[in-house]
Amino acid sequence: MNGLRDLYTQQFKTTFASMLQYRASLAIWMIGHVLEPLVYLIVWSTVSVSSGGSVGTYTTRDFAAYFLVMMLVNHVTYTWIMYEYEYRVREGGLSFALLRPAHPIHADIADNVSSKLITLPFMLLIAFVLALIFRPTIAFAPWAVAAFLPAVLLAFLLRFLIEWTLALTAFWTTRVGAVNQTYFVAMLFLSGQMAPLSLFPLPVRIAAAVLPFQWMVSFPVQLFLGQLTPIQAMEGIAAQILWVGIAFVLLRIVWRAGVRVYSAVGA
Amino acid sequence: MSYLRLAWAFFRIGVMGEAAYRINFFIQLFQSLLELATSLAGLAVIFSYTNALGGWSPDEVLALVGVYFLIGGLIGLVIRPGMEQLIEDVREGTLDFTLTKPEDAQLLVSLRQVDIWQLIDILMGFGVLAAALIRLGTHVGTGQAAAFVTLLLSGGIIIYSFWLILATLSFWFVRVENILEIFQSMYEAGRWPISLYPGWLRFALTFIIPVAFAVTVPTEALTGRLSGTTVLGGVALSAVLLVVSRFIWLRGLRQYSGASA
Repeated sequence: MNGLRDLYTQQFKTTFASMLQYRASLAIWMIGHVLEPLVYLIVWSTVSVSSGGSVGTYTTRDFAAYFLVMMLVNHVTYTWIMYEYEYRVREGGLSFALLRPAHPIHADIADNVSSKLITLPFMLLIAFVLALIFRPTIAFAPWAVAAFLPAVLLAFLLRFLIEWTLALTAFWTTRVGAVNQTYFVAMLFLSGQMAPLSLFPLPVRIAAAVLPFQWMVSFPVQLFLGQLTPIQAMEGIAAQILWVGIAFVLLRIVWRAGVRVYSAVGA
Repeated sequence: MSYLRLAWAFFRIGVMGEAAYRINFFIQLFQSLLELATSLAGLAVIFSYTNALGGWSPDEVLALVGVYFLIGGLIGLVIRPGMEQLIEDVREGTLDFTLTKPEDAQLLVSLRQVDIWQLIDILMGFGVLAAALIRLGTHVGTGQAAAFVTLLLSGGIIIYSFWLILATLSFWFVRVENILEIFQSMYEAGRWPISLYPGWLRFALTFIIPVAFAVTVPTEALTGRLSGTTVLGGVALSAVLLVVSRFIWLRGLRQYSGASA
């Protein structure tokens, strides 16, 4: 455990410095992360206003609250690893990572967390400005806000493990675009990125219930907005832990099989 | 006429280059169909709660999606590949090879890279547009059709000029790929009628990043909610941008110092 801590301390020192060099890329990711929820916020607000001020249980200002919190949760939990792995495998950059004595996932986690330490203040500022424009209503429940922190950390971990595992597809094929896109579509509909899950027809809601996507975005959002009972919150955190366990096992299996088929250029 | 011959030659080279990788066709087909299905499913969810979005009926928004795919396909077919290549050539200094050819260099860099599978998106765009028009059941008059085609063409020119200006910036600032990424995420907002957005965003999507003129405005011509002045405005803007982008391109070329010089 001590070794891991030292590892992360060192990683953070180097990755934080290197992330500062990628300011432009970080800013561009942020534009995407603001714009997409903003567009859906505007679309659903329009629908809400035109149908008398609410859709389902969501009023216009509830939508504002939902999408602004979703924007932040989505930003905190996102990874870019699925874009990067293909490049890593194709160009052989992974070979260097394999030579190091620690599992390469640790460096990626440190990278990811560093980038967010840099971007999060800006995202909070943007969310604040948008809140002034769209005036969301949030019924804060202190216990729910407290439970939000572990929920969002578990959501980050789950999304990281799943996307890291999916990124390993690059070991078997260089055309990962189709796999990535399928995953993003599933995220769009089943994680709550496009709309609160309760607004979808029953089949979609059933799919969302049995698949892991909602635990990566929707659950922490709903928790923060005070839409869940304490029992539901505990069940949700248990489900997140369960899925993290499943994802972890899956990652180990796929990683072992993948490294075996890996043959870098020039190796 | 020689321009068309040149475009055709580059297109044929693109086909020949890709014909060896036929599986790419199926992958692109899968991705395009998935994107279309995503769009349609999203619309279905939203229109299950309302029957008009900012004054646009479901079939009118469908027509918008058609135009969105059409212009998106055009960008992917020839504009983006060419401009990305241009940026790389400026950085590596390999633009020399293009400049020595006996044809206008702007024309060459604009046409030489063709990603032929993007034709799928263009065809799909036409398909969706046709389906929307049939469902709308409105008779599209000659005037409307002419306005639509005119605005679609000027929309294409506006987008092309805009990309050319961005890519040409690489003559001064070497690393500009990131700016192109911003365009891609802003273009996503064009899936929806621009009229939905609050004033500041509408302004940005019209005048800073001209998504509105490429997608919303042509569709408006087709659904008959456009005045003659907007048509003239679109054409004028495309002419101005074309001239400005040409000017910036020529200035940029003077800046270019080549690989070893």
